[in-house]
Amino acid sequence: MTIAHLSRRTLLQAGSALLASTALPVLARAQNTPSGGRLIVAADSEPKNLNPAIVASNGVFFIASKVVEPLAEASFDGKDGLSPRLATSWEGSADGKSVTFKLREGVKWHDGKPFTSADVAFSALSIWKPLQNLGRVVFANLEAVDTPDAATAIFKFSKPTPLQLIRNALPVVSSVVPKHVYEGTDIAGNPANVKLVGTGPFKLTEYKPGEYYRLTKNADYWNKGEPKLDEVIFRVLPDRAGAGAALEAEEIQLAAFSAVPLTDLARISKVPGIKVISKGYEALTYQLVVEINHRRKELADLKVRQAIAHAIDRKFVVDTIFLGYASASTGPVPKNAPEFYDAGVPTYAFDVAKANALLDEAGYKKGANGTRFSLKLRPAPYFNETKQFGDYLRQALAAVGIDAQLVNADSAAHQKAVYTDHDFDLAVGPPVFRGDPAISTTILVQSGIPAGVPFSNQGGYASKELDDIIARAAVTVDTAARTDLYKQFQKLVATDLPLINVAEWGFITVARDSVLNVSNNPRWAVSNWADTALKS
Amino acid sequence: MLLIVVVLTFLLLESASGDAVDAYLLSIGGGDAAVARSLRQAYGLDQSMAARLWLYLSSLMKLDLGWSIAFDRPVLDLVVERLPNTLLLMGSATALSFGLGSALGIVAGARPESPRDRVLSTISLILYAIPSFWLGLVLSIIFAVQLRWLPTSGIETIASGKAGLARAADIARHLVLPVGALALIYMALFLRVMRSGMAEAWQLDFVLFARSKGLSRTRIVLRHVARNALLPLVTMLGLQSAAMLGGSVVIESIFSIPGFGRLAQEAVSGRDAPLLMGIIIVSAVLVICVNLVIDIVYAALDPRVGASESGG
Repeated sequence: MTIAHLSRRTLLQAGSALLASTALPVLARAQNTPSGGRLIVAADSEPKNLNPAIVASNGVFFIASKVVEPLAEASFDGKDGLSPRLATSWEGSADGKSVTFKLREGVKWHDGKPFTSADVAFSALSIWKPLQNLGRVVFANLEAVDTPDAATAIFKFSKPTPLQLIRNALPVVSSVVPKHVYEGTDIAGNPANVKLVGTGPFKLTEYKPGEYYRLTKNADYWNKGEPKLDEVIFRVLPDRAGAGAALEAEEIQLAAFSAVPLTDLARISKVPGIKVISKGYEALTYQLVVEINHRRKELADLKVRQAIAHAIDRKFVVDTIFLGYASASTGPVPKNAPEFYDAGVPTYAFDVAKANALLDEAGYKKGANGTRFSLKLRPAPYFNETKQFGDYLRQALAAVGIDAQLVNADSAAHQKAVYTDHDFDLAVGPPVFRGDPAISTTILVQSGIPAGVPFSNQGGYASKELDDIIARAAVTVDTAARTDLYKQFQKLVATDLPLINVAEWGFITVARDSVLNVSNNPRWAVSNWADTALKS
Repeated sequence: MLLIVVVLTFLLLESASGDAVDAYLLSIGGGDAAVARSLRQAYGLDQSMAARLWLYLSSLMKLDLGWSIAFDRPVLDLVVERLPNTLLLMGSATALSFGLGSALGIVAGARPESPRDRVLSTISLILYAIPSFWLGLVLSIIFAVQLRWLPTSGIETIASGKAGLARAADIARHLVLPVGALALIYMALFLRVMRSGMAEAWQLDFVLFARSKGLSRTRIVLRHVARNALLPLVTMLGLQSAAMLGGSVVIESIFSIPGFGRLAQEAVSGRDAPLLMGIIIVSAVLVICVNLVIDIVYAALDPRVGASESGG
């Protein structure tokens, strides 16, 4: 991997300096990676259902991805941005109605039974399509999975389904679980959802609630020579100050997903033996978005939305709230999805005078007290940064004469207020871009979504033109044509502003120098860690 | 009494916006309307509030604490798993703060207004004013991160395979900081109550009498003044045991101890009514038991309590 290649990938400006100094030696894969040892990692949550075939979420993947494998994993340099796991190749038919997967042979489940195409067919039809939060979208039109032999699975779709989408979704939606464990049982209540059985490099051997998960080396792993580690322990550390302290005290060796708060990074990066890495989250980009309730008369006016976009100083948000560990957004697709990203969309420079002028034009003159109108602003409580941005937005809007009343609530209450009750005018949300706009991005602006669906368009926005593009892209098999539709999609969103994209960020990993091969793929924290090693 | 606690808790959690399904969907990054509907059905959240309360109460009558939605496990299992940690933490902290607090209180109260008293009173005031989370963090930074004498967090060394005495010693080592943080703050309270009780007792006639009898100062302090001042302290102990359950929420989070306080917090954020009620019921029973013991101790300490009851 060359430096030129690295910098193309490195999208967080501030992270790049750090990367050059810390990540490169790690990426230069050592010829003789040491093996053995116990890696102790901070975990901040204990999912009640740990089965990634049912719950495709980062919290689950963080632990489960080492035990249960997908058909393919994301990769910096592999073909289609993928590196094969349980599938070795994938090919779509010209009509888009079938995809053929060749499967890896000689793979065994942790209980010793062989892995075959029947497991893939079962996982796809009985779990991914009906039960999985994201699979329900991606595999909506999956009709059957043919298994002509033990190493071939042919997915049959009732409507044309773009291979591009399937490919981009594979790392997230295709975790395969054993048919012989799940068949004929209540899948959602199966004990194996907690005591995972997979094909991965590690076996889940112990779980002590509230304390730790113990993952032990799978000696029978299909990729000989891996995993390098004997054990991975996920230690439950719910307190945000806890992970940093435990790293400094050398009780743990790694904290991913920004478990060490951004404000602590400057200090902890100076501690000898600790490195701060902003790479390895390129395929898990979070977006800072202002959600807009278009039912509100003022906000239904495009000029007002443009004014709000102009009132936000994105540079300030990136530098002050994210301390540089983010970058400004231009539209609904982040820059580190280069396959789709279009830089040529309308942008909204920080310009208070212009924002004021637009609001005047829209007919909302400043009243005697300098205020044009009041809004209810609900920042999502999930991240420090979303809360802080809420505070900032209130001030930014005050500067253009909009009085935003902050309403803070805890997660469940925020969820209900915004996505079910629509009790908001503006909300600050952190949706995730998951490799393809069709997975969890178009839903943010598409119309006709019932109330109660989190992270979807609940602002009452409806645009026939946008809905048409989304619908066409969903069935366009040709990759170039589909990509082009998503470029139009980005232009339209940036022009009509159903929501306002402010910034995009990945997480930060903090690790001891002794941990090798960290962040060497775009979903590193949620990948299988088979090549991760510890220097003795 | 317990019934009131249960119903109030239920209504309180019910009044919070959002339910267990909202909290769950959020934790998995979203889900469509059909998923939400089937989850609500599975958890019985589609039924009316009254129906759910009735269902819960009737199973409670059969001593069944129910099923935790957020953890997908029986509430009883969770409670049994977490309670010992909290009892250990609280018990040690209470014992330490009571012991140290009353001892130092005696030292301070032996000569009210002496320099020794002034110093101890000032220190106790400062300690009492410190928030427990701050003290916990500072202790952790000094003793675990800088000096590395003690572990930063956890109840025992993870996956150490230790057993017997070695394990007990390991747990004790892990408890030093959290117990220290909790105990230092409550110690201040006990110290101050003890000291002021003693300062008051010095003014009383029987002390004057004891002094005029020519008893030694040590004897007066221990047998007469301190014993008298101990009574309000024991009352405090009963009240404080309930307050410490609350204080342990913060300390348990900072030191990553899987205890009751943390469980309660997770129950609230997960809108997990059965779990939260299970925790409240067990806590209420715990506090009632402690107060029962306190009443018995009271009778032993103060002859008047027993006498008035037998006489009246």
